Amino acid sequence: MPLLEIKNLTVSFDTAAGPFLAVRGIDLSIEPREVLAIVGESGSGKSVSMLAVMGLLPKTATVKADRMAFDGVDLLGLSPAARRRIVGKDISMIFQEPIASLNPCFTVGFQIEEVLRFHMGMDRAQRRARAIELMKLVGIPDPEARLSSFPHQMSGGQCQRVMIAIAIACNPKLLIADEPTTALDVTIQKQILDLLVSLQAKYGMGLIMITHNMGVVAETADRVIVQYKGRKMEEADVLSLFESPKSNYTRALLSALPENAVGDRLPTVSDMMFEPAPSASGGAA
Amino acid sequence: MLRYILGKLALIIPTFIGITILAFGFVRILPGDPVLVLAGERGLSPERHTALMHQFGFDQPIWQQYLTYLTNILSGDFGTSFSTKTPVLKDFLVRFPATVELAIFAMIFAVIFGVAFGIFAAIRRGSWFDQLTMGTALAGYSMPIFWWGLLLIIVFSGMLHWTPVSGRIDLLYFFKPVTGFMTIDSLISGQKGAFRSAVSHLILPTIVLGTIPLAVIARQTRSAMLEVLGEDYVRTARAKGLAPRRVIGLHAFRNALIPVVTTIGLQVGTLLTGAILTESIFSWPGIGKWMIDAISKRDYFTVQGGLLLIALIVMAVNLIVDVLYAVINPRIRSN
Ligand SMILES: Nc1ncnc2c1ncn2[C@@H]1O[C@H](COP(=O)(O)OP(=O)(O)OP(=O)(O)O)[C@@H](O)[C@H]1O
Ligand SMILES: [Mg+2]
Repeated sequence: MPLLEIKNLTVSFDTAAGPFLAVRGIDLSIEPREVLAIVGESGSGKSVSMLAVMGLLPKTATVKADRMAFDGVDLLGLSPAARRRIVGKDISMIFQEPIASLNPCFTVGFQIEEVLRFHMGMDRAQRRARAIELMKLVGIPDPEARLSSFPHQMSGGQCQRVMIAIAIACNPKLLIADEPTTALDVTIQKQILDLLVSLQAKYGMGLIMITHNMGVVAETADRVIVQYKGRKMEEADVLSLFESPKSNYTRALLSALPENAVGDRLPTVSDMMFEPAPSASGGAA
Repeated sequence: MLRYILGKLALIIPTFIGITILAFGFVRILPGDPVLVLAGERGLSPERHTALMHQFGFDQPIWQQYLTYLTNILSGDFGTSFSTKTPVLKDFLVRFPATVELAIFAMIFAVIFGVAFGIFAAIRRGSWFDQLTMGTALAGYSMPIFWWGLLLIIVFSGMLHWTPVSGRIDLLYFFKPVTGFMTIDSLISGQKGAFRSAVSHLILPTIVLGTIPLAVIARQTRSAMLEVLGEDYVRTARAKGLAPRRVIGLHAFRNALIPVVTTIGLQVGTLLTGAILTESIFSWPGIGKWMIDAISKRDYFTVQGGLLLIALIVMAVNLIVDVLYAVINPRIRSN
């Protein structure tokens, strides 16, 4: 049984200019322990489709799907309260801006312990012990002292580690990471990716990694979904995608990799989108 | 934190000097001869005039007069009332509890309803509830207090006979003030019905005085909540699977509280100004009514001392608000 199975997901937003279709019939499924990457340019509906899974879209959004099942349970058929028992516990999500994602008014310890209290029903002492354990797991030094820090006292990389600690606190079956390294320094990016991949392997979670970066895909994912303008363009395992991309769009994405830069200018996807397939040496310019 | 508080305290000194200069200048810039103004219209003999000039120190150079004034204030002498011949500070302290009691009730009223309406308007943004409360708040904000007070008296006291018209308690009850707070003193007195009477006398003045702060707080709470509800950490709170009550009431509101507390602090000044009118409408024996009476009796020393005391209280309240602001805002607390 797939961990998460989505069939024909559409999301539309009510806007002043009428309904806007951000996701137009996406199919997606991920097995337990699998790492699935979703790539695609800005605005292609990557975040929106995953927020739909989490039930985090604003009221202006209409979510429809033929099927949206997590671990065999139909998410769209659940009451809000029943869904909240799954979200944050069995499925969790981390975001692009780690500092802004943590509440500036509460200590890091409070924010980690909160999920333990509501999903695991732990008492104070258990929560504290588990929070310290989680801080160690995500590689934050001096965890006892750091529990009483506020987010503004920590770096972006450390805040993302805290977000990961919150996300894995209740041993989720699925972790969704929405561009978890985009806002971080290049040196930190690699550390955070390594941490995610090692935690995924250690706890056997499913991991959905949303990214712009084909390098990240190559390093982490088993399988890739390429999205464009709310539609799925291509789905393949990583090796075959890099070796023989089927769509022009994917080819264009691949040639936008930094190693395919011509001179000091990175090729962009729209440069190449509707041009003939670039040669093996890459770069359409 | 300590440095933050010390910084705020240091800022208070120039403000204090500025206020004393204003209060000091107040009597001196009144047109005409100060002694004649102070003494009223009675015909004065030249000898008496000179004696009074000397008594008030008007014959000294102006900086000397100011220094004397400042020293007096620092030693707790805020002048002596021309009409009652009692120290201004004493008159003030007798009436101050009545004003504080009214102001506290008005503030509690304004904060509870302002915050609640603001939050609900924000989470139901654009709904009829939002539009109705914000429209009403705008009306409340621009409400002339005097007109509003009279309207409430006409309807609730005059037509419906639900509330008393004026004063702090029915004349039926008499007891010695202990705290100066009628609600507390009436309880202490143990007289049957006294507490009820004290509370019923508070209702209309509380509403009248609390209306403008309520409107301001409701609007500020709404806009602060709207801003905060779009923040990433609110999405994180929802991604944790927390109930909406906790997401809004704790994660969002805790952040919205920071600007709201500042607004509440600023409303204390408005409240004391409002008290002057409200107390006159309801014959509430507090400092507001005392100031109005002093002005109409041309008791300038009372007006001068009273204004200074009110200004000092507003300053003290603002200092408390600044400290509170730091307490609820970790980003200030730790810098
Ligand atoms: N709340 C909203 N109201 C209206 N439109 C929205 C809303 N949220 C997202 N959209 C639109 O939906 C489309 C898809 O957005 P989404 O955030 O999923 O893109 P993305 O693929 O994650 O892009 P990025 O790589 O920039 O994060 C965009 O065109 C966006 O403008
Ligand atoms: Mg996105």
